Amino acid sequence: MSTFPWLLALLVVPLIGAAIVMFLPKNSPALAKQFGLLVSLIVFALTVGMALQFVTAQAADFQFTYSFSWIPAFGVNFALGVDGIALVLIAMAACLVPVVMLAGWNDVDGSQGSVRGYVALILVLEAAIVGVFAATDLFLFYVFFEAMLVPVYFLIGRYGGPRRNYAAVKFLLYSLFGGLLMLASLIGLYVVSARITGVGTFDFTALANLNIDPDTQKWLFLGFFIAFAIKAPLVPFHTWLPDAAAESTPGTAVLLVGVLDKVGTFGMLRYCLELFPDASRWATPVVIALAVVGIIYGALVAIGQSDIKRLIAYTSVSHFGFIALGIFVMTTRGQSGSALYMVNHGFSTAALFLIAGFLISRRGSRLIEDFGGVQKVAPILAGTFLVAGLSSLALPGLSSFVSEFLVLVGTFERYRWIGVVATLGIVLAALYILLMYQRTMTGPTPDEVGERVTDLRGREVLAVAPILVIIVVLGFYPKPVLDVINPAIDRVMHAVNASDPAPEVAPVAEGTQP
Amino acid sequence: MSSLLAAASFETPTIEYDQLAPIIIIFGVAVVSLLVEAFAPRQWRRVIQLIVVFTGLAASFAAVVMIRGTQHIAAMGSVAVDGPTLFMQGSILVLAFIAALVMAERQVDPLGDAFAPRASALPGSSDELAFTQLGWLQTEVWPLFLFSVGGMLLFPASSDLLTMFVALEVLSLPLYIMAGLARRRRLLSQEAALKYFVLGAFSSAFFLYGMALFYGYAGSVDLSAISDALTANAGSMWLVVTATALVSVGLLFKIGAVPFHQWTPDVYQGSPTPITGFMAACTKVAAFGALLRIMYVALGGIRWDWRPMMYVIAALTMIVGTLFALTQTDIKRMLAYSSIAQAGFMLVGVIATNQAGLSGTMVYLVAYGIATIGAFAIVTLVRDSTGEASHLSQWAGLGRKAPIVASAFALFLLAFAGIPLTSGFTGKFAVFTAGIAGGATPVVIIGLIASAVAAFFYIRVIVLMFFNEPSSDDSVSVVVPSGFTTLAITISVGLTLVIGLVPQLILNLANQAGLFIR
Repeated sequence: MSTFPWLLALLVVPLIGAAIVMFLPKNSPALAKQFGLLVSLIVFALTVGMALQFVTAQAADFQFTYSFSWIPAFGVNFALGVDGIALVLIAMAACLVPVVMLAGWNDVDGSQGSVRGYVALILVLEAAIVGVFAATDLFLFYVFFEAMLVPVYFLIGRYGGPRRNYAAVKFLLYSLFGGLLMLASLIGLYVVSARITGVGTFDFTALANLNIDPDTQKWLFLGFFIAFAIKAPLVPFHTWLPDAAAESTPGTAVLLVGVLDKVGTFGMLRYCLELFPDASRWATPVVIALAVVGIIYGALVAIGQSDIKRLIAYTSVSHFGFIALGIFVMTTRGQSGSALYMVNHGFSTAALFLIAGFLISRRGSRLIEDFGGVQKVAPILAGTFLVAGLSSLALPGLSSFVSEFLVLVGTFERYRWIGVVATLGIVLAALYILLMYQRTMTGPTPDEVGERVTDLRGREVLAVAPILVIIVVLGFYPKPVLDVINPAIDRVMHAVNASDPAPEVAPVAEGTQP
Repeated sequence: MSSLLAAASFETPTIEYDQLAPIIIIFGVAVVSLLVEAFAPRQWRRVIQLIVVFTGLAASFAAVVMIRGTQHIAAMGSVAVDGPTLFMQGSILVLAFIAALVMAERQVDPLGDAFAPRASALPGSSDELAFTQLGWLQTEVWPLFLFSVGGMLLFPASSDLLTMFVALEVLSLPLYIMAGLARRRRLLSQEAALKYFVLGAFSSAFFLYGMALFYGYAGSVDLSAISDALTANAGSMWLVVTATALVSVGLLFKIGAVPFHQWTPDVYQGSPTPITGFMAACTKVAAFGALLRIMYVALGGIRWDWRPMMYVIAALTMIVGTLFALTQTDIKRMLAYSSIAQAGFMLVGVIATNQAGLSGTMVYLVAYGIATIGAFAIVTLVRDSTGEASHLSQWAGLGRKAPIVASAFALFLLAFAGIPLTSGFTGKFAVFTAGIAGGATPVVIIGLIASAVAAFFYIRVIVLMFFNEPSSDDSVSVVVPSGFTTLAITISVGLTLVIGLVPQLILNLANQAGLFIR
């Protein structure tokens, strides 16, 4: 393994890029966008370089570690490192940022904020995303967790739709509230670690090896879990998401729902389960109930939406229910399905938001009833939208199917009836996606649609194509991602002291039985 | 004859001039400043005063640095020169330096500076009009400022209650006058001064009465003697509890803790804004220094008796400060209530009664003080034709009119809200960690919830500045200040970021300061 500080580079390059963007001439927005795209492509190239160096066999360990002492008085280190799960999430983010830049090329031209500000904020956000997934020190994680809010807040509040103020403030307050609860737990954890070992620490591995007594664990768990449940978001902490997603530009919505919210589920998997195993098992029934309610409720509300972007946001509420379910059923299949789902959901939501964004910007309305018969005037747009939608409803052959199937199998292994209820979510998913497709794309074409909606341009196709390719490839061949994820999942399963239930029918192909 | 005998047995007091140098320098400079005011020709006064003030502050700070590491009770047991004292004295001097830069500004107000041409003239009288038309500019604020700073340096260092009371009065009396010096909105300013004076005098009386009861209990006003008497469990517990309550009232008044906070919004609003910044930052450092010293040194032995009271006061201060700040429409009043809430957060460090609590409170005080002076400095820049435009609606769209100034203000607000990578987070983290370690978890949780609510009104101002359309009122503009205010804001922004990004520097200083000596 090379000694090149890959993660530090991933963190610093976008920040330097953002700083340079702010000094580019004010009157040439195109230059800012080109430069921003270039920086995000460099970050992507670096990520690919790092992923190639990743040792899959040791995917449970933190690799590319980099650490220096930051605040010795609190035992805080600036410590970075990725395991398999963090790696694929960083890779997803690095892949989506250039796509978002390209797809949203003209989204902010007429808005009140400056274009270079938009580009700089996205790059800052990218750095924060890398940081939050790569931090192996809890204090550093918290800092990135909170710091991430600032660029998103400005991205929504300055460049968003008509109710952007309301959405931005709601988003910020929900997140801050969660963040402060996490801060309380974080401080508590630090004090507990100081009591047990004599020296307070924020190092993840050290904290995961502490044997905290179950009662203390419960309190600490709650602080972390609520913060993550708001971020993810789980029902009933989800109400900020539809507002934030609907009022932001499509690009921001992709980064917000597709990437940022993964911090919530990532945090549950990495931090809640591994740091507080007893409390996690204690909370399992409630979390599973919330997750199942989220799956069904999100899907039902999505069916009732009249606004395309809000509909997509509610589908995500449903999907986050699946992810949380997979994590808390405490089976290997469920958890690796969830980890894979985080990646797949990122891509399929990105495709949905971006293509819906193309559609909305052409017509100038977000309401489903204003559309109809788009497939006649814009066949490529309609076709890509259909593929993205089918991926969202987990059609076999597209990526989400694999992960959703794994989650359901994992659930079924342990809680059969929960698995049955959760499967309803798939049926409802078919309803909300296909109804939306039918109402917007098929049928007679209203005059406004016929006049205004043109087919996708070269730039837009270029932006969406890579995502659709990834969706199809991961649908047929998810093995590379699963290979990287699974060792880390085994570590989590070991930490939370859970083992898969014995199959009721003896496996045929495998030799040994647990 | 008898008088001669008395003189023979009189013990010459030893005065450690080197260890008292920071305080002596400031008082000496204050006297010089007073003489300059009396004898220097009018056109030279400003230049001489500024040279005197800034060299005095710098020399005093140099003296603090020179005697670092001292652990000694100087001046016959009256002044404790120890790590915490020196840390607070250094902080007060740095904060006073930044505040003095803002006070020295003469470019933002077209009529001159922030201070009245003749403070004694009745508001609205023909006298006042005449003096304004003459274009007089006064420099009388500087000796007052220096005396006040001198009192602040002595306050946290006082090792007996009598010295502490003298310091309290020396720091307060000039402040009462300075509060009434505003050039604009004279009536509000005079009301502020009177209110501050009456309530301040009232609280001093409480302090004095408490001191008398302590003397009745311990036979001494010396802090360590009181501590010894408590350990020996000498007299009536009832006496001690009453004395503690009365002395605390005096100090909590200066801190602005609920329920002794009513003066804060009026005084902050009415005072000349540069003075508000100075008062909000430096007084708080000095008063917390004194409170910490009394609570840790004299009353450390009975902390189980006073902690419940402080629990309630800290929780109330956080809650009331936050809730009232939510409803404010005037930026200065909002900052006043915010400073009440911040005092509540700092009280968590006092409650902790451990070394982390002491150093955490000190770090918080510095972080808060710097952001406060910076924020009030920016308030002086947003003006319309009648003076400062302090109504929140006038701040709408400021981000468009003056992006750099608005960004600096946003940074200070984020620091108040305790967002990571700003100084406020370092402070909050330090006191909350100490609070949980000291067993005050419920108060810390109230503090975190209050922080979440507080974030709302800080963020609301950011929303107003950056996301709202500029107000239709075109007269509001951000004036370009001279180098003084620019430097003050630059230093504040720089320190806010440094304490946020590299907190180790200040944490080391605070931790090395160690504990109070007895």
